[in-house]
Amino acid sequence: MSFPKVRVPYLLLLPGFAFLFTFFILPIINLAQTSTQTRVAGGDTGEYEQTLAFGNYIQAFVDNKEQFGRSFLYATLATVFALAIAYPLAYAIAFKSGKFKNILLVLVVAPFFTSFLLRTIAWKQILGEEGFVVPGLRSLHIIGEQTTLTSTSIAVVAGMTYNFLPFMTLPLYASLERIDPRTIEAAGDLYANGITAFRRVTVPLSLPGVVAGTLLTFIPAAGDYVNAAILGSPNTKMIGNVIESRYFKIVDYPTAAALSFTLMAAILVLVTLYIRKAGTEELV
Amino acid sequence: MAKDSISARGDLRLTRITKSYGDFTAVDDLTLTIPKGSFFALLGPSGCGKTTTLRMVAGLEEPTGGSIHLGDTDITTTRPYQRPINTVFQNYALFPHLTIFENIAFGLRRRGIKDVKEQVEKVLNLVELPHLAERKPMQLSGGQQQRIALARAIVNRPALLLLDEPLGALDLKLRRQMQIELKWIQREVGLTFVHVTHDQEEAMTMADTIAVMNEGKIEQMGSPADLYDDPETAFVANFLGQSNLIKGKIDANDGDNLVVDLYGQKISMSKKRSHAVDNSLYAGIRPEKFRISRLGTPVRGNTLSGGRIEDVSYIGVSTQYVVAMPWGQELMVFEQNDDGVAPFNKGDEVNISWEPNFTFGLRGDEDVDAGTEVNPEELEE
Repeated sequence: MSFPKVRVPYLLLLPGFAFLFTFFILPIINLAQTSTQTRVAGGDTGEYEQTLAFGNYIQAFVDNKEQFGRSFLYATLATVFALAIAYPLAYAIAFKSGKFKNILLVLVVAPFFTSFLLRTIAWKQILGEEGFVVPGLRSLHIIGEQTTLTSTSIAVVAGMTYNFLPFMTLPLYASLERIDPRTIEAAGDLYANGITAFRRVTVPLSLPGVVAGTLLTFIPAAGDYVNAAILGSPNTKMIGNVIESRYFKIVDYPTAAALSFTLMAAILVLVTLYIRKAGTEELV
Repeated sequence: MAKDSISARGDLRLTRITKSYGDFTAVDDLTLTIPKGSFFALLGPSGCGKTTTLRMVAGLEEPTGGSIHLGDTDITTTRPYQRPINTVFQNYALFPHLTIFENIAFGLRRRGIKDVKEQVEKVLNLVELPHLAERKPMQLSGGQQQRIALARAIVNRPALLLLDEPLGALDLKLRRQMQIELKWIQREVGLTFVHVTHDQEEAMTMADTIAVMNEGKIEQMGSPADLYDDPETAFVANFLGQSNLIKGKIDANDGDNLVVDLYGQKISMSKKRSHAVDNSLYAGIRPEKFRISRLGTPVRGNTLSGGRIEDVSYIGVSTQYVVAMPWGQELMVFEQNDDGVAPFNKGDEVNISWEPNFTFGLRGDEDVDAGTEVNPEELEE
């Protein structure tokens, strides 16, 4: 009777494991192999042989230092801007929205009802000459008559901020909403004014949401290529764009694979350092 | 301005305080003085306005009308953090991200007190939990959290300590123990405690003065013994303990005593304890004041004859009888089990007697069921 019971958890794990093995572990191994291949002398385009050429990594990194740096810079900026926009929004929904709470939450996820690509293309319109943003900023003399916004870093970062905003807002909302309002009242009762209560109680208690939101924004943003491709120019190329063109245009599989691995490793290291620093395991 | 109110000391005076939410009046024209240094309880059922009153004193709600003074300082519209008042919240509201030490130090640090460490240690010793300083609130039991919530408030030595159903989440045994401890701590630190509760036993155990609240108003205020022995309304008579209320008519006025006719049987009672406004009255007698006797046994004091035992429940220290009277009313009688056996059986014909002084009189137009439909075990407001 107890024998099959012991097996149940493993049986439940099986489908998930089989899926991950087939569609994650095997491709990763394949990617690792590809990253150390070299071109067959005199072979066709796209013909490579396995050689353990770890030099590919160094070459790939040296050639694309600029794009790596830009990827992390843009991703960091988008994360910071998304946090700045999402925190007040999530705070208002969690504490001040009353009966509009559910409507506002639906509005936060509403963009997902249309395609990611379509929304990004729409930003091209919004930031274009015929949109209202550029003429508006010009008439306020915030930007000069000749300045445009499309094909700039600003456009790429703005697009990324917008696209990842729900991923920032929802975890923030979830952790703010969990705060017992009486702890904030207690802070006021214990001589903390509104600002101090916010700084000493609300912010620390919402940290798990900040950490989750920044990770959910930063990680996909660092590897993103759609925003840079649609809203940017060759000068705003991110590492995702390089990998994409190496794979599909130049058919340089080893370099693309090496870049993918480098990106993964870099994100992993940064995220680990970040979580260590934020000390989320200390939080409830 | 803030400095002034934070150093305010003295009696707490609520003057004609009203709080309305739309059409609903939670607190209705309430006037109340709580003397400095007292242990004061606001007692009442859910929704009677006691917690709203407490929150207005704390500054967490603003009154719709009226004023709140602490000593000579008007604190009606002062912000919570500018009042020398601290609260022990219903579910403690400890800061989950801070250690116990930092929870207790919170108020001291906000006010820029110098010897934080010393004061926190002192109060941790007072609540007998010095070894928990570095823990987080979630690692503590309910009873420990309760004491830390108390410590976090009293470490500030407020002019007024508010306790909002502080023992509501504890089990019965721990609650009884904490009641005694709270009372001891109040004497030890000498602060004014204002305690909100729906548990009449808790209020009676701890408070010097109890104000019984119902529907946003104070029904009666006094010492636990005053309220129990001489309730002025049916609500108080029923909410504090149990009462037998028997309808009657005042027959004669004999100096200090009244002769009352209860369904044809004459009893006497002290005039001082009658709150009747005309001839009609309800005679109130607590169940433990009654004595049951067999027919023919001589008895002293007031006697009602013609009773029949309807139900017998043996509960250890006492036996509870339900006695059916000739006019159809069932009376509750608690007899001490002095001799260890229940001497009456279901169906026995008996008389009921009691000391005339134990009788209290309520107005004849009272709702005799007021205050009885309350479930004293409910925890939430």
